[in-house]
Amino acid sequence: MINRFLIPVVAFVLLVVVLAIGIKHSPEKGIIASPLIGKPAPQFSLPSLADPAHAVSSAALRGRWYLLNVWGSWCGTCRDEHQMLLEVRRSGRVRLIGLDWRDDDGQARGYLQQLGDPYEFVAVDHDGRTAIDWGVYAAPESFLVSPAGIVVYKCMGELTPDIWQKQILPRLGQAQAAGS
Amino acid sequence: MRHAPAICLAAAGLALASAGTVRAVDTTQMPTPELQARYEGLTHELRCVQCQDEALADSPAGVAADLRREVREMLLAGKSDDDVRSFMLARYGDFVLFRPRFVLKNVWLWAAPEVLLVVGALVAWRVVRKRARLVSADTEPLPDDGSN
Amino acid sequence: MLPELGHFALILALLLAGLQAFFGIAGPLFGRERWSAAVIPAVAGQFVMVATAVGCLVASFVGNDFSVKYVAENSNTALPVFYRVAALWGAHEGSLLLWIMLLALWTVAVAVLASRLPRPFLARVLGVLGVISFGFLLFTLATSNPFLRLDPAAGDGADLNPILQDPGLAGHPPVLYTGYVGFAVAFAFACGAMLEGRMDQNWARWTRPWVTAAWSFLTCGIAMGSFWAYYELGWGGFWFWDPVECASFMPWLVGTALIHSLAVTDKRGLFKSWTLLLSVLAFSLSLLGTFLVRSGVLVSVHSFAADPSRGVFILSFLIVMIGGALSLYARRAPLLKSPAGFELGARESFLLFNNVLLVMAAGTVFAGTLAPLISGALGLGAVSVGPPFFNPTFMLSMLPLLALLSVGIHASWKRGRLGTQRRTLLYTLVAAAVLGCGLVYGIYSPGSGSLLTPIGATLGMWIILSSLVDPVDRLRRRLSLPRAVIGMTVAHIGLAIAVIALTTVQSFTNERDVAMAPGASASVGGYQFRFDGVAPIEGPNYGGVGGILVVTRNGAAVAVLKPQKRQYSVQHQVTTETAIHYSRGNNILVALGDDLGAGRWSVRIQIRPLVSFIWIAAAIMALGGALAISDRRYRLARTADAVPAGTAPERA
Repeated sequence: MINRFLIPVVAFVLLVVVLAIGIKHSPEKGIIASPLIGKPAPQFSLPSLADPAHAVSSAALRGRWYLLNVWGSWCGTCRDEHQMLLEVRRSGRVRLIGLDWRDDDGQARGYLQQLGDPYEFVAVDHDGRTAIDWGVYAAPESFLVSPAGIVVYKCMGELTPDIWQKQILPRLGQAQAAGS
Repeated sequence: MRHAPAICLAAAGLALASAGTVRAVDTTQMPTPELQARYEGLTHELRCVQCQDEALADSPAGVAADLRREVREMLLAGKSDDDVRSFMLARYGDFVLFRPRFVLKNVWLWAAPEVLLVVGALVAWRVVRKRARLVSADTEPLPDDGSN
Repeated sequence: MLPELGHFALILALLLAGLQAFFGIAGPLFGRERWSAAVIPAVAGQFVMVATAVGCLVASFVGNDFSVKYVAENSNTALPVFYRVAALWGAHEGSLLLWIMLLALWTVAVAVLASRLPRPFLARVLGVLGVISFGFLLFTLATSNPFLRLDPAAGDGADLNPILQDPGLAGHPPVLYTGYVGFAVAFAFACGAMLEGRMDQNWARWTRPWVTAAWSFLTCGIAMGSFWAYYELGWGGFWFWDPVECASFMPWLVGTALIHSLAVTDKRGLFKSWTLLLSVLAFSLSLLGTFLVRSGVLVSVHSFAADPSRGVFILSFLIVMIGGALSLYARRAPLLKSPAGFELGARESFLLFNNVLLVMAAGTVFAGTLAPLISGALGLGAVSVGPPFFNPTFMLSMLPLLALLSVGIHASWKRGRLGTQRRTLLYTLVAAAVLGCGLVYGIYSPGSGSLLTPIGATLGMWIILSSLVDPVDRLRRRLSLPRAVIGMTVAHIGLAIAVIALTTVQSFTNERDVAMAPGASASVGGYQFRFDGVAPIEGPNYGGVGGILVVTRNGAAVAVLKPQKRQYSVQHQVTTETAIHYSRGNNILVALGDDLGAGRWSVRIQIRPLVSFIWIAAAIMALGGALAISDRRYRLARTADAVPAGTAPERA
């Protein structure tokens, strides 16, 4: 008899556990995790921002780690993370490739001129198809891709020093220690 | 997911607190009524990945317009509704669907209402049986204040 | 100066709430009458302090004091005064203050209107309310202080979010919160009984009016939100099963169950422990809703700026309040037994079914709303839930409920005697089917072809006819018709109107999105729409364009609709103002889409039959609640059962 009156309390405790886990994970927002993790990176062949007549392709990126950063001159948060991107460039730990999403070439070049260009090269995605293939929700987003061409990590939102230290460097370090 | 709201702001001029003041008016016309119905069905069934409480059909975000275009092109190319859904799922994951998929991991969700109904029915049955047995022994008069 | 005064007032309020909690609970516990008596001044003091704090914040808004961070973030010199006041609840910190203010108001109401309750019980109730106030005040002062200063002060404010600059939406949070917070009273009454270790035979009668009052406010609040969404936000949609909408709907469903469960407890002394549980559950869902909206664990259009640290605080508060109440329940509830009996066909049975189905509905909404969290916690990965889940599962519980209402309303207490009502049941059902379907199909067409159309229309009409049988009979036989019965009838009819309206809307909505050049026409739902281009418009803090659509039907003029697209000068936000016309039971809604160039615009045209009746129905339901509360019984009970001060309670 006493058992059924305990049901509400027990159910509540379970709920608290669920909510606590929810709070713990909320910075990562697991609900929007990328299905690309662990899968081969989508292929692309797009005009380069520096020289539109010349195409840049993902095929050229195999063999080394790279970080694909999705941005646009219209994107406010991208400005916030720009300092970090320049740091990444300076560190030389990984190639930084830009994907200029749904942007105007002139404004994009102006943006890079004004803030500095951290990218090895920038691929221009005017119609958004490549961004769709990568499952881009919004800018900025960054994808860490291994030399074998597998997507290893996706950063949704601003690339902060914290994420660089805690999420990206360890993955790069692990791989280098393992000799890949 | 801090940047998504910010981009809704930038891309569609909306504020952080709400992503729904402006809705897209989608004047797409497919060549046949059947394709039109399928197009409308799919764009209402898919969630806009950026303005996350809106359907693809209603979202003013740029990525939503791109995704609507993908749906349109796939339908025109003769792909099935499931092909379209698989395309979206492969790129964005389960989150892009408004209807939870009928797969094993979602069993608990789809079963929840039925389980509650069964449990409720059992409880009700037990209570009614117990009280019905007590009726003859219950000689206390009802309070007669005309109440409901 | 004023902000500091407000801040100080809040700190004093916190202390007074603490005293209120202490005296209220410790007084009766240790048999100290003077402590119990001290609760009342503490309640009054806390209210005065909270009111002072609110007054200071309002003054800061109206006076454009942009040295206050909250004012700078939510107001602007160009903002009309009315909205400067409404900006008080425009964001997280202020809306918490609103919560606290309303809780203080409800507490004062209890202290005044229920003053003739037995002293120890009243003290406990006020004490529990004090604990809740204390928690919220602590949360506000610790993490969400609206009086923080900005140094240097902003030159001008960031402006209130333009979508909140609307009279309907300005009123929605206060009304909604009044309902939400009102369930705290039922919670406190339940805790009072559990702390005492017994349930006074009049406990249900004392509690009923408070629950009904909170429920009426919540009904109005939810309806206001839905109405606002329809004309401002949703372009014709009025319910999205958005997490925050769900967060307000769950307490409503449980509150409805509670109203009906209390009826049984009041009349027959049955379902006592279940009623206690529901009282705790209703407010727990209110608290849970608060948590969900402010902690950032869920994605929603409505969420306030998410902050996990706030989430931790609220979660701790939930553990104390809800965990405490449910633990108390586990200890005390087993002692509440009753020998009363009733038959299968009795009123009690039907109210039991009512409760089962409503709680099932609430559980379903709960599962869907928390699905992403639950799925994540169980390691099942992502899941996403929307209307395709909620709609069918909600109807699974609602359809039986609506049908059983029309049957159960004829059932007598204890014995049922439904057999004698067989003919009434049959006649009302047939009449309902004829009238309902006739009304709906006769006026509107073409339909969606769904079976739910005739079912919904019949069920709705059946409720109306069934609800009228008893009152009409009583009037005919010149028997008394207590207000409580009138209230119940009115509320049920309100529900029925909502059902019919929803059925009609779902079945007969006509909408088209068209690209129109000036002079072009479109035909939708029997109406013709001619687009006459756009012209610039200007308002106090916005500019934009206004379109002109001339609506005719068979050549006769119906309306000239002027939808707008506004750009607000401060936040640069674009909002769409729909234009709506009510004609012959139809809502004609027009909204501007995008500028397609060369004067062409995309336009959404939507004809929704009877949609306004959904909100009218909600108002009728709330009116029913108000009528029920005004019944004499609730006033007589207090004088008849007042226990002289000084009587110590028995302890279980």
